[in-house]
Amino acid sequence: MAITREHELHKRRSSRNVGLAVVLVGFIALVFGLTIAKVQGGGTLQAFDHSYRPALDPDNVRFQQR
Amino acid sequence: MTDIRTDLSYANEGEARFGDYVALLKPRVMSLVVFTALVGLLVAPGTIHPIEALAAIIFIALGAGASGALNMWWDADIDAVMKRTARRPIPAGKVEPGEALGLGVALSGLSVIMLWLATNALAGALLAFTIFFYAVIYSMWLKRSTPQNIVIGGAAGAFPPMIGWVAVTGSVSIEACLMFLLIFMWTPPHFWALALFMKSDYHKAGVPMLTVTHGRRATRAHVFVYTLALVPVALAAAFSSIGGPVYLALALVLNAMFLKGAWDIWQRDESRAEADNYATEKRVFRFSLAYLFLLFTAFLVEAVLSRIPAYADFAARLPLLEVF
Repeated sequence: MAITREHELHKRRSSRNVGLAVVLVGFIALVFGLTIAKVQGGGTLQAFDHSYRPALDPDNVRFQQR
Repeated sequence: MTDIRTDLSYANEGEARFGDYVALLKPRVMSLVVFTALVGLLVAPGTIHPIEALAAIIFIALGAGASGALNMWWDADIDAVMKRTARRPIPAGKVEPGEALGLGVALSGLSVIMLWLATNALAGALLAFTIFFYAVIYSMWLKRSTPQNIVIGGAAGAFPPMIGWVAVTGSVSIEACLMFLLIFMWTPPHFWALALFMKSDYHKAGVPMLTVTHGRRATRAHVFVYTLALVPVALAAAFSSIGGPVYLALALVLNAMFLKGAWDIWQRDESRAEADNYATEKRVFRFSLAYLFLLFTAFLVEAVLSRIPAYADFAARLPLLEVF
């Protein structure tokens, strides 16, 4: 007997497959949402990378705000 | 002609369904973890984006589930012997032990890293320690070696509200410690009440529960003494920033009831308990669940009420516990 497209195996494992699909889609949605939340949070998007960045210098920022 | 069967149904009669993998994560324990972590997160001072809060709760729950899977992998031999746990996926033959180990390790790593990324490094580190504590310190070491297993192991269940708090604030404070201590001190009388009416289970499995090593008389005394030790911890929380008059009133009533139940357990002898099928022990066990749920709900109520200026002024009359 050949394994047909609708073999009994597929039915038996359908709960696992559907469950895993839901979990993966949920995980992707959560990571996407987290990314949006982090970006909207307005944290510093620049970091120190061994060269002077005026935007990261608190004294410089205060000076510009005066 | 071949002797290989193409009908695969014979090989996987006990094949795991999705629900069996969910059962590995101990969803009932998870629900308590979700609730206490959510309270810790909501009563913490400061703000957190709702998506970050949702992610924090999901990954704390996932971490708890991962440690549950690791516990089931390690304790499969014990679970098979005990009536209460014999239907778990591994002893029931639905999930292979290796699968549970793989799932536990994978979800542990995922939950810790994701909690760190979603909130902060300290929250992630605390979750990692909680998983380690439950899977290694409790399951692999204490559970089979000392009757103090659940006293020390109870710490694993006590971390979630602290992790929720740290997810918002980024640091541990006295309030987070009090929520930790509340669950930590609550665990022994809760589990010993269970052990008193699940008596043959632990005995058969050779788990050195207090009932097995020190006898039932000593266990009854321990339930009362540990409940007595729980009371000051529960009341102390009323005098911290997460407590207040409503919490204090509720804590006084609930602790009096818990003490009365523990006293009743202590005063009973085995013949009386067997005669009514451990009615008091079962009642105290059920009450202990309600006790914890209601006290944590009271923290939430205080957090809401403290936004009302008149109530905040009233609550400010309580002396505030400030250690650090």
